[in-house]
Amino acid sequence: MTLWLTMVAIGIATFAIRFSFIYLFGRFEIPDPLRMALRFVPPAVLSAIVFPELLMPGGDFDFSLGNGRLLAGVLAAMVAWRTKNVVLTILVGMAVLYILQALG
Amino acid sequence: MHSSRQEFAAGIKAELPLLVGVIPFGMIYGVLALAAGIPPGAAQAMSAVVFAGSSQFIATQLFGVGAPAMVIFTTAVVVNLRHALYSASIAPYLRCLKPYWKVALAYLLTDEAYAVSISHFQQTEGEVDCLRPDQRHWYLLGAGLALWSTWQVSTAVGIFLGAQVPSSWSLDFTLALTFIAILVPALKDRPAWAAALSAGVVAVLAYALAYRLGLIVASLVGIAAGLLLESKS
Repeated sequence: MTLWLTMVAIGIATFAIRFSFIYLFGRFEIPDPLRMALRFVPPAVLSAIVFPELLMPGGDFDFSLGNGRLLAGVLAAMVAWRTKNVVLTILVGMAVLYILQALG
Repeated sequence: MHSSRQEFAAGIKAELPLLVGVIPFGMIYGVLALAAGIPPGAAQAMSAVVFAGSSQFIATQLFGVGAPAMVIFTTAVVVNLRHALYSASIAPYLRCLKPYWKVALAYLLTDEAYAVSISHFQQTEGEVDCLRPDQRHWYLLGAGLALWSTWQVSTAVGIFLGAQVPSSWSLDFTLALTFIAILVPALKDRPAWAAALSAGVVAVLAYALAYRLGLIVASLVGIAAGLLLESKS
């Protein structure tokens, strides 16, 4: 139940964001500081999720070669940097993780 | 000036190459939603109700680790704030439309539909004249509906596949990889790097905070770091 309520609330808020300036056109402009801040939302939020996923698998800090997710994630990031290809990044990351799991 | 049907078809056609990236994304979302314990019906409904890939992924991830509803809501909405920029930039081209058109096109205003439509709007007959209406909004409708239907179907396929995948396959890790794939190419300048690195470090340091609040604290620190560096340069 909470799941559905949360989902509907996110849906309504998302629509409101998308509708906002289409509706308000001519009545209101985005202030410049806010416009600048919005640019940093994706990198900040995404890496705030990714860093713990890589550095704290299972909830404990693990900065070592034994941490397969960290190694796989770093290699995947290099692939993403070079190719900008989402599918290839995922495939390489998963392949590295599987290989390390098979070796370990 | 083109007819509504020509605009609609051109919008769909322009959207096709982007769908190649969207299909695996939708399927992965379906798989992950089940892995995170979201029931199939709710997972499918989220693709229609929210209809925003990255915030669906984030909501899924946070639901999977048991974050409270308020944190899930806040984070998912913050991630979607960038759509306000799209809304502002496309608004002049939609200003003459009837309200039901505005509502429909706002619902369909995703990253991908916006990207192709804004360049079409900017490249064709500049000024919008409400006394001499054109049909260019059909282009956005075509692009938006092409993406919408692809997203729903690929979600459904992912849910179907996800039901057969054992958890030992570590498929939850594809979520982190997807974020890496979106994040890394977006790091084009020093302020963006500063935002990403500082948010990441703070997220690890603040991981133990209750209610997964560390995520929100880290995001705010990252945004502040980006702004700070930008104002200096």
